[in-house]
Amino acid sequence: MQLDSKIPEGPLAEKWEKHKFNVKLVNPANKRKYDVIVVGTGLAGGAAAASLAELGYNVKAFTYHDSPRRAHSIAAQGGINAAKNYQNDGDSVFRLFYDTIKGGDYRAREANVYRLAQVSVNIIDQCVAQGVPFAREYGGLLANRSFGGAQVSRTFYARGQTGQQLLLGAYSALSRQIAYGKVKMYTRSEMLDVVVIDGQARGIVTRNLITGEIETHAAHAVVLATGGYGNVFYLSTNAKYCNVTAAWRAHKKGAYFANPCFTQIHPTCIPVSGDYQSKLTLMSESLRNDGRVWVPKTVEMAERVRQGQIKPQDIPEDDRDYFLERKYPAFGNLVPRDVASRNAKMMCDEGRGVGSTGLAVYLDFSDIIKRTGAEAVSQKYGNLFAMYEKITDEDPYKQPMRIYPAVHYTMGGLWVDYNLQTTVPGLYATGECNFSDHGANRLGASALMQGLADGYFVIPYTIGDYLAQTPPKPVDTNHPAFAESKAYVQARAEQLLSINGSRTPDDFHKALGHIMWEYCGMARTAEGLKKAKGMIQQLRKEFWQDVKVVGSGEEMNQALEKAGRVADFLELGELMVDDAYNRNESCGGHFREEYQTPEGEALRDDENYAYVAAWEYQGDNQPEKLNKEALTFENVKLTQRSYK
Amino acid sequence: MSWITKTFTSSIGRKIIMSLTGLFLCTFLVVHLIGNLQLFKHDGGAAFNTYSHFMGTNPIIRTIEWGLVLGFGFHIYEALMLTRRNKAARGSQGYVSNHSEQNSEWTSRNMGILGTIILIFLLVHLYNFFWRARFAGDLPRMGGADPLTRDYDNLYLAVVSSFHIWWYVLLYVAAQISLGYHLWHGFRSGFQTLGLNHRKYTPIIKYVGYAFAVVVSAGFASMPLYFFLFTNADGELAANAPALLQSVAAAF
Amino acid sequence: MAGSNPNAKPMNLTLKVWRQPNRQAQGKIVEYQVKDISPDMSFLEMLDVLNEDLLHAGQDPVAFDHDCREGICGSCDLFINGRSHGPEKGTTTCQLHMRKFSDGDTITIEPWRANAFPVNKDLSVDRSAFDRIIQAGGYVSVNTGGAPDGNEIPVPKEIADRAFEAATCIGCGACVAACKNASAMLFVSAKVSQLALLPQGQVERKTRVENMVAQMDKEGFGACTNIGSCAAECPVGISLENIAILNREFLAAKAASNNLA
Repeated sequence: MQLDSKIPEGPLAEKWEKHKFNVKLVNPANKRKYDVIVVGTGLAGGAAAASLAELGYNVKAFTYHDSPRRAHSIAAQGGINAAKNYQNDGDSVFRLFYDTIKGGDYRAREANVYRLAQVSVNIIDQCVAQGVPFAREYGGLLANRSFGGAQVSRTFYARGQTGQQLLLGAYSALSRQIAYGKVKMYTRSEMLDVVVIDGQARGIVTRNLITGEIETHAAHAVVLATGGYGNVFYLSTNAKYCNVTAAWRAHKKGAYFANPCFTQIHPTCIPVSGDYQSKLTLMSESLRNDGRVWVPKTVEMAERVRQGQIKPQDIPEDDRDYFLERKYPAFGNLVPRDVASRNAKMMCDEGRGVGSTGLAVYLDFSDIIKRTGAEAVSQKYGNLFAMYEKITDEDPYKQPMRIYPAVHYTMGGLWVDYNLQTTVPGLYATGECNFSDHGANRLGASALMQGLADGYFVIPYTIGDYLAQTPPKPVDTNHPAFAESKAYVQARAEQLLSINGSRTPDDFHKALGHIMWEYCGMARTAEGLKKAKGMIQQLRKEFWQDVKVVGSGEEMNQALEKAGRVADFLELGELMVDDAYNRNESCGGHFREEYQTPEGEALRDDENYAYVAAWEYQGDNQPEKLNKEALTFENVKLTQRSYK
Repeated sequence: MSWITKTFTSSIGRKIIMSLTGLFLCTFLVVHLIGNLQLFKHDGGAAFNTYSHFMGTNPIIRTIEWGLVLGFGFHIYEALMLTRRNKAARGSQGYVSNHSEQNSEWTSRNMGILGTIILIFLLVHLYNFFWRARFAGDLPRMGGADPLTRDYDNLYLAVVSSFHIWWYVLLYVAAQISLGYHLWHGFRSGFQTLGLNHRKYTPIIKYVGYAFAVVVSAGFASMPLYFFLFTNADGELAANAPALLQSVAAAF
Repeated sequence: MAGSNPNAKPMNLTLKVWRQPNRQAQGKIVEYQVKDISPDMSFLEMLDVLNEDLLHAGQDPVAFDHDCREGICGSCDLFINGRSHGPEKGTTTCQLHMRKFSDGDTITIEPWRANAFPVNKDLSVDRSAFDRIIQAGGYVSVNTGGAPDGNEIPVPKEIADRAFEAATCIGCGACVAACKNASAMLFVSAKVSQLALLPQGQVERKTRVENMVAQMDKEGFGACTNIGSCAAECPVGISLENIAILNREFLAAKAASNNLA
């Protein structure tokens, strides 16, 4: 199939306006005759469900959580970008667009990103009107901060809980529509298949996580807002339930999966403390504004710290290596996420890592504490320091924090066109679960922006275009395709329950995570990826022979849920490795060791790889087919990043 | 149901009635305590009897008395309603292990028990003084020419004699301790329920409430203790009473 | 392998866990032993160890709700040794670490107990009553698209900060669980005060509080008796002041609204 991104003609700044005029409209009286399914109720899904219901569509919303307020959007700390230029510091829609394209290392679509920057301003207005308590100046106007190395202050925030406040805003809008009866909310329902009839998405199959009942739901269109797949690494900053299952089942039903290897590693996370570790916790990027990153100069000294023979604060200045400041004098500790992460890994690979595992570097605040006093530091970072101490039992006022990179976000996802429609007509993907806006690397404070842009301001227009061309006839679940999907879902659960092997789903998940982190993590090589592919195939085989799930499918069974998700991760993992192997360049979050500048920076190959890799499912255990969507850049000049 | 009944049968509505009646009863306590302080006057009960006669005959007081009955009635009724609702809210299966003492004050969790002790006391107290004075008519009479106290009950003597019965004194003191704890939580709780919470005034209300609880309960408890420990059957200071009391009594 | 403290000794613990197969079934406390628990583990990681052991032994793992494991999503909800979210103040269960316990301890783990929070299975409860309360009015009725510029609604910083503090409620239900009366007043008051404080919330101020309180009562939560357990156990420190604001808002709305029903 030829990929058609459906980017509107015309100058960049006018594309969205024109497109909004050109899309077909559904007669207001007819809107109530259309049913739309929204899967996932985070920022993208919650916003979409509420907005579509406000327009008059009948919405059915699904979440595997016990409430739509719990999605992982809630955990975003830093803020949300918007090109408001409230600070009079030279921001504009074009600058936000430019920063996003450049930050994404020129692997995102210009038109999508420009639209994102355009609607960013509406998001702030919408959220303020909902009562989201953004930070304010003393004059009562909205406050901004500069975030993630941006040259302008365009980030809106609500202390360290911006994601929470924005999600609660979307949740309140959704709650209102539930009360009106325009949204039927299905909580604790996990989507396990998309139903495609005559090439069009017509419904989903879900499992009720309390009763175990497999249910079918029909609609005229299906919107997936099911988040990212960072948990393929087992350890990530994602919530425990985050998974790829919904997106993966859609992929198997014909939706292409784009750029799966583009994963973002965040440099400032609390390091792993033991095998039992279940997830990683992010420390806000803002800490790098004042903290200095270092490791001991020598392996011997590092060994002594690891053994607990010397405390980090007692290591003399001369024996410390402030490696970011040494290698990048201009940007120092504020180099972008991927650069900071890779350098930390290099230090640990050299044997100079700290902590009992040797997989950590120091983030030291003693200088700023000396300069401004502990009180001033506490004002700025008090809650983060407290959280760090709670988890590690170490006081960052007295000894440097230990940090290490961790998987944080996935830029890849379901391929969508300008309308956010996947390659399956009637099936849409919004938020982190699509690939669209961040290219190979996402800027700080842009995830919240994209989720809400898709949900509030894009999908309500673009889905109408599709529905207007679909007859408003009622859809029901009597079509044999529903029974077929249901049978598939049931059979799969039964198969998982019947294996009765010796290893738990978590055990397999951890094994997969190790492979992914080792070979498809911060730095990748062709050789390593080839090896990983074999290992994943082997692990997947073992999984289907040896996984252990007890109980039945007709009850609340968290091990069964987990097993199903791990099974999908085991398939996705292989595709990520394929994609990373195929992309013979380094860009953004994808770093192939073979492709780097003499200074060790990512070396892009714009001539051969300025495309979106959209993978097409070909059947179980078949190699997937690569489709390419060429990226053309008419408004920005492609440059090599440099932070020296 | 009209909006009025709906309002006052809602959880917050019931609480508001609890609070209003509770604070009203607090004002009653103040009046009652000030009146009762007449007991300490060394005049053979003249002032106290004048006061009790006034309370028993003044039409305004007699009218307000009905307010008091309603105040108690609603306070108790709402307490029962709320307790029933709150018990049901926990559900049939309670906690196997619950350490609420680690997150709240004992008094605030036991207002019902404290209130019940106070209620029992109240019934005995009402029978002993109010009922006998007003309806039973079996109290000692004053007699004499004074138009105010003529033929009226000598309540002073009734009080003094009651305060020489050990179990009555014990009940009285126990009830006052309960009242103290009840007020310790109840006073500021009343303001909180009415929404009278302010960063400036709430701390003041809290400490005024504590002081109120201590002063009122100690004030009431001091009476039976004083008469039981230090006076004879007529309410006159016993010879063996501490010198300090002797000199204070002499000053009045 | 301990991260922060190489000398931390692993612990052996006895767990008394509430087990209940489903909503209708009778539940009971079952005792388990867990071994070699690192003090650096979180409480939920300790339960993960138990569940892996149970699964290996062919037994049904203990069901419990959790997700973000960084104290913000509000999913985790365990009543540990008689306290909501366990012994540490201002902490959700997922952020509680085993170093707060000692080798040989017996730990009792129960689900939230409230009539309005029926048990789904083991330690997982149904908190959808909270959602229905929000649905009754915990929002500002603005449709997507019609909002004025964000800076057209100035909000004094002090008000914005107070509204924010109320808005940080994570909806975990620890307040209900800790309250002797299983009252949801702290939860309801947090949302009511957030929106009563902000200019955006003024239009629906009266109907909001009336409807939310009516729904709260309908769900069967208890009444507040100002005990304060809720605020003491709240992992994000929602203040009792909010309950006073709720009372005030309710009284004012009932007195002044045109709603005769």
